[in-house]
Amino acid sequence: MSVTIEIPTAFRKFTDGSPKYSCSATTVAEALNVLTNQFPGLGKHVRDDQGQIRQFLNVYLNEEDIRFLGGETCTLKDGDRVLLVPSIAGGCS
Amino acid sequence: MSEAYQLRCRECGKLWGNTAKPFCEECFSPLEIAYDYEALKKVARKENLASRDFNMWRYLELLPLPENFATPNSVGGTPLVPARHLAKKWGLQNLYVKNDAVCYPSLSFKDRVVATALAAARRFEFKTVGCSSTGNLANAVAAQSAQQGFDACVFIPADLEPAKILNTAVYGARIVRINGNYDHVNRLCAQIADRFQWGLVNVNLRPYYAEGSKTHGYEISEQLGWTLPDNIVVPMAGGSLITKIAKAFRELVLLGWVKEKPVKFFGAQATGCSPISDGVKRNLARFEPQKPQTIARSLAIGNPADGPYAMKEIRGSGGWAEDVSDPEIVEAIQLLGETEGIFGETAAGVTVGVAQKLVREGRIGANETTVVCVTGNGLKTTDAITSEYPATEAIAPRLEAFEAYLDAQLATSAAVARV
Repeated sequence: MSVTIEIPTAFRKFTDGSPKYSCSATTVAEALNVLTNQFPGLGKHVRDDQGQIRQFLNVYLNEEDIRFLGGETCTLKDGDRVLLVPSIAGGCS
Repeated sequence: MSEAYQLRCRECGKLWGNTAKPFCEECFSPLEIAYDYEALKKVARKENLASRDFNMWRYLELLPLPENFATPNSVGGTPLVPARHLAKKWGLQNLYVKNDAVCYPSLSFKDRVVATALAAARRFEFKTVGCSSTGNLANAVAAQSAQQGFDACVFIPADLEPAKILNTAVYGARIVRINGNYDHVNRLCAQIADRFQWGLVNVNLRPYYAEGSKTHGYEISEQLGWTLPDNIVVPMAGGSLITKIAKAFRELVLLGWVKEKPVKFFGAQATGCSPISDGVKRNLARFEPQKPQTIARSLAIGNPADGPYAMKEIRGSGGWAEDVSDPEIVEAIQLLGETEGIFGETAAGVTVGVAQKLVREGRIGANETTVVCVTGNGLKTTDAITSEYPATEAIAPRLEAFEAYLDAQLATSAAVARV
């Protein structure tokens, strides 16, 4: 499946400045692996030492947080967008 | 460092000076303000407070404010109410309500965080400020932007309570309604902060913003005669407030203003959005995000940014977290109103409802000093309780009509008593 990964500004120093990366993958996990294989400097910022997606990085498939889609094993279809968003905002009370 | 404070990564510890930065660019973890407490000890003196007004600016040395900061308005300085009737009902000796339902200018504790965020916004020369908000924060940003001459643009979930939208609109702020829940709004704001040069108070100004919450804790301690309570019950949405009250208490100990003692931190959430309390109760290493479904919309954050730190603080203190259902929230709003004359919003219902649960579970002791934090005003969430008070039939302006009314009331009461 051809999908696009959207890269936040802070990560672009690892992607040669590119805001988007297109690749072929069948799951979110595979897409992230393809991305970090292509840009190895990004690897430790996406996954922790245990190989889990970092606690302060939110990953979305289109509009939905992947944790509501069964995690990174969720499957992709052609044209899907994967968003990486550092967990920064929030808090109203 | 030339100033007594600067940004520090909460995970890797790297220092970043003072700038509008949302996260550590080394490890992409959240940032917080770190202080040089040795330097602070020399300038921050308890005796200086005597000549200052009772509002949050009396603690200005302990906040990340620019040098020669001119305090713009009165914020905070809210009552710590001895809750004698509620205490009696629950069998407690020393119960207090910290009442930020009357925080100025916009009637929630969010005025405190916006006050420090806008000080940073001015310092970093932002013209436009904004936030993602479940309502109270938008009210505070809009009100204080009007006072200080910022352009305000706030982002809210489209289904917010009408009163909260009105309480933002009246200050002339631009309101962008988003089709989605708060977590969708939040994600969008993270992307907006990435794209635009705006001062989003709870995104790129977040470390400065969060420090304002500490004043809620400083005031509690000062109002308790410079002591710390045994227990404190705090509402949790993003999870920041509970960690900042803990930071405030630690700082007061560090400065020698209060004697060190253990304080148990109790977190309160609505069952319909309880990722942090669920994480504490199930002893999870990481909380699991939830899709919010509760009348307590000011607490409806399913993916709380400070959730991990809130869980850590609660566990480390020997406290606990609990949650209450929507009907329990409504009952607790009524209980607070009927016992203490305080009309809190739905988040207050959550906190009071959880406090009651904690007392019944035996987690709060009868002779301990307990503070319950009320963070917003009930006039903002009247829709949650309107159905509890159906309009009564009007009577004629005649004495006999009133007597007939009383007879009918007594008959109804007697009938209810018989049942």
